[in-house]
Order: sequence, then C-alpha cells, then structure tokens
Amino acid sequence: MAGQYLNRGDKPTKSGFGEGLLEAGKQFPGVFCIAADITTSVGCNFFADAFPDRLISLGIAEQNCVGVAAGLALEGKIPVFATYAVFAALRAADQIRVSVCYNNLHVVIGGAHAGVSVGPDGATHQALEDIGIMRVLPNMTVLSPCDATQARLAVLAAVGQCRGPVYIRYGREAMPDFTFSKAGFSIGRADMLREGSNLTIIATGHMVWEALLAADLLEAEGISARVLNMHTIKPIDREAIIRAARETGAIVTAEEHQVNCGLGSAVAEVVVTHLPVPMAFVGMPDRFGESGAPRQLMEKYGLTAAEIAEAGRRIVKVAR
Amino acid sequence: MQQERTADPVKLQQIAHAIRRSVITSLMEAGSGHLGGSLGLTDVFTTLYFSVLNHAPGFPRWPGRDRLVLSVGHVAPVLYATLAHAGYFSVDELNTLRKQGSRMQGHPGRDHGLPGLELSAGSLGQGLSVAVGMAIAAKSDMKDHRVFCVLGDGELQEGSVWEAAMAAAHHKLDNIIAVVDRNGLQIDGKTEDVMKLEPLGDKWAAFGWRVLHCDGNDIPQLLDAFDRAAKVRVKPTVIIARTMMGKGVRSIENNHLWHGKAPSAEQAKVFLEELENN
Repeated sequence: MAGQYLNRGDKPTKSGFGEGLLEAGKQFPGVFCIAADITTSVGCNFFADAFPDRLISLGIAEQNCVGVAAGLALEGKIPVFATYAVFAALRAADQIRVSVCYNNLHVVIGGAHAGVSVGPDGATHQALEDIGIMRVLPNMTVLSPCDATQARLAVLAAVGQCRGPVYIRYGREAMPDFTFSKAGFSIGRADMLREGSNLTIIATGHMVWEALLAADLLEAEGISARVLNMHTIKPIDREAIIRAARETGAIVTAEEHQVNCGLGSAVAEVVVTHLPVPMAFVGMPDRFGESGAPRQLMEKYGLTAAEIAEAGRRIVKVAR
Repeated sequence: MQQERTADPVKLQQIAHAIRRSVITSLMEAGSGHLGGSLGLTDVFTTLYFSVLNHAPGFPRWPGRDRLVLSVGHVAPVLYATLAHAGYFSVDELNTLRKQGSRMQGHPGRDHGLPGLELSAGSLGQGLSVAVGMAIAAKSDMKDHRVFCVLGDGELQEGSVWEAAMAAAHHKLDNIIAVVDRNGLQIDGKTEDVMKLEPLGDKWAAFGWRVLHCDGNDIPQLLDAFDRAAKVRVKPTVIIARTMMGKGVRSIENNHLWHGKAPSAEQAKVFLEELENN
C-alpha cells in the first residue's frame, strides 16, 4: 500500500504498452507497428501475433523506421514505432524533428527501457535524456505513464485522441501496478493522487509510486504532501502546477531521468513564470547510469521514496 | 482534372526553358538559395511533372496521384517553379521565395500550405525513408500510384539513405522510383574527392534495386528511362541521372561554387541572356 493505493502486483509498463497497442490495433485498422528487431523486448509482440500484416519489420535501422513512419502517416495510417528510448530519442532525433514533427504527423513513438531501472544492461541502454529531447520539439506530445494500467491507456489515447506526434516513455522492470483503468487518461491533465497542504510532489513514471510512499513517510512526521502524477510532460498541466504552488507553497519533482531538461525543468518553467516557490529536484544528477539490479541502482542514484521525503523536509523548511 | 501530359521533347524543352528562367529570377529576388542544383535538375522535374507523373494541379491532394518526395530539399526552387508552371499556383508567387510569410520556404515546409508539396524536407538523407512508408501504405491499400523520390548524389553519403534502400528492396517496393541527381559536385568540391560514391550503380544493384542510367539533362533520354522504369515492375528502380550543375547557364555550369548561391540582379540579367543563347 501507498496511501490509499494498493499495488495489485508488480508489472512492467512495457506490458501495459503492449496490451494497449493490441487494443488500438483492434479498434483502428489504420494502426501499423514498425519493428526494429526488438519487437518482443519493447512489448509489440501481442500486436505482431494478432496483426502480422500490419507489422513492418525494418531491422536495426531506427532512422529509417522513423522516416517510414512519417510516410505511413502522410498516407493516413497511424504508425506506432517502438524501440529503446535511447535509440528513439537520440539515434533518430533528426528524423523525428524534421520528418515527423516539422511535418506535424500523427506518429506514435514508443520509448522503452526508460530509466536506470533497466538494470544490468548498463548506461548505453538506460534512457535518461529522452524527455528532454522530446519535449523540446515543436508539435510533440510527451507522455510518461506511471504504471502498466496507465501505459495501456496512454497508447489508446495517443492513437485515438492525438492528431500530431506523440512520444510515450515506458520501462522494462516490473513495478507496482496501482492505478485504475476507469480513471481514464486525459492528455495534459495531471492526476492528483493525494491531497496535501505543506508541499506538492510532482512525479512521473516509476517515481509516482515512490512519491506516494514518500507522502506516507512525511505524513508520519506531520507533513502533508500532495502528490501529482504528471503523466503528460507536454503539454504540461500549468493549472495543476500553479495551484500546487499557490496552495502548498513548495514543490518537489521526481523522475527517473536527468534532472537537466526533464520533468523538473518543465515544472520549474511554469513555477518561475507564474508563482515562484521553493523547489527541489529528484532525478539523475547529470551522470550516466551503470549495470546493477534495478532496485539497487535506484537506491544508489537516490530515486527512492526516502530521497523524495528528504527533499520534501528540506524544501518545507525553506518555504516556511 | 489530371495534368495533361506530353511526350513531345520539343514542348518539354520549351517548358524547361521557362522553368529555368523562373528559377533564376526567383533566386535573384530571394537574394539567397541554391541555383546550381536547381538548374541541373530542371529537365528531370519538367519531365516528371509534364510527362511522367499522374497528378492534378487543381486537386493537389487527389488520392490517386503519383507522389513526388523531394529528399534533397535545397533544390526547392526548381520544385516550386515546376509546380507553378504546372498550375498549382501563380508563377508570380515565385518571387516570394525565402521571404517572411512566403509559402515557399528556403527548404520545403508543408506548414506554410503550398499546394503540391508532399513533404517538409531539408535535412539530407530522410526522403527515401518517407517514400518507403508511402509505398508500403499504397501496397497495403492495393493502390497503384507510384512514389518518386529525388535525391542528391552528395546526399547518398548519409547512411540513412542506405537503410531506406535496403528496406525498399526487402519489402519488394516496385512502386518506388528514385532519381539520383548525379552532378558529381557538392559544397566542398567533387563528390569523388569529398567522399567517393562510385561505383554508384553497383551499390544500388547490390542493395537490390534495378538501376537505370541516363543523361539527366537530355529529355528524350529521361523519357526513355522513366518509360523503362514503368514497364518492368519487380523491384524498386533507381535512375541515376547524370546532370550538370548550373545547366543552361554556360558561365556557371559544372561549378560547385554555385551550389548554394543566388545571382545578383546584374548576374541574373547575364544568366538569362546566356540561357536565351544556349
């Protein structure tokens, strides 16, 4: 349990992405999946089995994958290209910028293996920069669901609701699955998972569960923390952020991403523009990850409830 | 509705001449831009838009049209001039090229609403991938229009082009026809000095493409090449069109210094005279 939320069992967000893609494939005959050799590893195997005619295998060639996706979108298809987030965001960044974003095409890009929780594969495969790169691109929508249930909803929203480019970030490791499908997925609208008055923890991805645990820790010390699940990094929910600043007076952000340019920066842009309040940033401190067990790595780099709670205590003092 | 097409080389040469004039004057008005490659490709574009492509200038988004993807975005002036002469918009509008608010961006930008423009492009090495996606969509929908893609030769130094080439052959996309503007020059000099491309035909063949060669400034040869490309459809086809940068203006022909330059008013006057005397 974290607050009133129950972990129904650990499950990778990758599985939620895969289930959502399968459903999107059933609902929309125009959905095509582009595979770059790691179909199963990024959760596209369910779709591949169900719709072999709509699976386009293009091999280990991410730049071409993105261009082909743009071509399909120009012809009215809804291409979903999923690969590891490091390759999607960095190897093919120029294709995403020009062929997809400048043309403003409805291409869904899945960025798997986000964060240090990728574990043993080490730094090359742990995407910690993708939010920064994706959110800086005009026309791009950036989604970062917090658990498998929400990842499924995010795919359906990206396919069914968006008309332009969408990036969905998700992870590999089984993590708590605690949100509800019936809560829906409203792009650009943060979910308030817990009300609070002394500070707000704004978290995304795997760090949302940690944020809920941190709020429990703080509550035991008499500090009331609001928790926002910022599943949409762009367009960011300004209203929820401004309200958090006004009503709680202090903000801690938490993400499995570089502190530079990520969720924290996006939140800070809103805060300093509208209502400056003390902030603290929990995330990767401008460095690469390494091999190790997922949980071990998250602890080493301070991506835990304890670290969020500590940042909360600090920031509340400053705010007072 | 559809563009009237002609296979009369004399008529096509006259059209190419008018397009070259527009390329020179629009670049002179713009004050910057890429003259050399645009003039070199004028015969290719004229042949495509007035003889080869099935398209409808009055109905630019006609679903049955052949697609033309310009991958080598910096030769946009010849695409714009050709579209204007084909009737997509007025020839006068060419004088807005590269100016603020123009539908004719320095490199093609679809967001500015120019009719007939299939793709925003400018970063080299991306267009063939997009063409592959369009061709896969056409196959999937059992549509028989074709997808043409115009590439620069220097552009072929981008590795992503070969990813796309591999994919087109792997997926048996016989509905793709690529045209390589083989003028042998790029900004730093000769392609073979900057980064060797030859044996270029063998490279495409090894990637699984049917390779045709022609003189890209010779309209009858171009007609013949496109004709042969249309006849046998078993694999993607590439036409390696040998062109001359600056073709039609004797004093700048084959001069790589005119890759990325626009003529001044006096130069344009001289160039237009040279064009008349050619």
